[in-house]
Amino acid sequence: MTVTPVEVEEPVSDEVAVPDRPWVVIVWNDPINLMSYVTYVFQKLFGYSRDKATKLMLDVHNKGKAVVSAGNREKAELDVFRLHEHGLWATMQHD
Amino acid sequence: MRFTRRIKRTRSGQFEVRLSPEEREVLRGLPAQMRDALALGRDDPAVARLNPQACLDDAEVDAEFHRLMDDDLNAGRIEALEAFEKTVDNTRLDEQEALAWMRAINDTRLLLGTRLDVSEDPAERHVPDDDPRAPGFALYDYLSLLTQELVEALDA
Repeated sequence: MTVTPVEVEEPVSDEVAVPDRPWVVIVWNDPINLMSYVTYVFQKLFGYSRDKATKLMLDVHNKGKAVVSAGNREKAELDVFRLHEHGLWATMQHD
Repeated sequence: MRFTRRIKRTRSGQFEVRLSPEEREVLRGLPAQMRDALALGRDDPAVARLNPQACLDDAEVDAEFHRLMDDDLNAGRIEALEAFEKTVDNTRLDEQEALAWMRAINDTRLLLGTRLDVSEDPAERHVPDDDPRAPGFALYDYLSLLTQELVEALDA
């Protein structure tokens, strides 16, 4: 699942960056992490019920990715950090 | 055949660990592998898997994330490795120690699995004993089993 960084020319936007513009945190499927482990990590990090954690894990597994949390940039960074701490491949992006 | 668990939660909330001397020996070798790898930094693809891209569509956000977080991420990994190393011969673990085991072992799986380019299909790892990948695949599958048991015990 490793993505090679690509330099892209981005169109200039006249949108003003809003600091608190919501971000989403996405977990991507990978061939290594166990399904039970991913479910456990979602419960432990986010306090999700087993049902919710299992549903998210299955989305990651079957659809290739799932949005697992959202918030301002600081929260998204912290969530990505905690997911990386646990070996999951997580990224953040503007909603 | 009766399946005996290697790791289980006891009634007192501790974790009982039953491993053979050969298994302990294998586990004692893991931290050195991980330290050698981490020393290579993110130029190494397997290390990059441990500290992956954090933002795909904004290189500045990604760079900022790594600038802020990578030292802490690596320090945390080393901390888990050290806790694992200190308790690798224990027959009992407390919850924090069991979590450190889970983390250290799963990190090693990620490293090993990335280097071996494993897929989701376990059948792919059934190779003849003389295949050069056989020892790596066997270790990977063993660490997967331990991870599974740790998760089940922690989640029990």
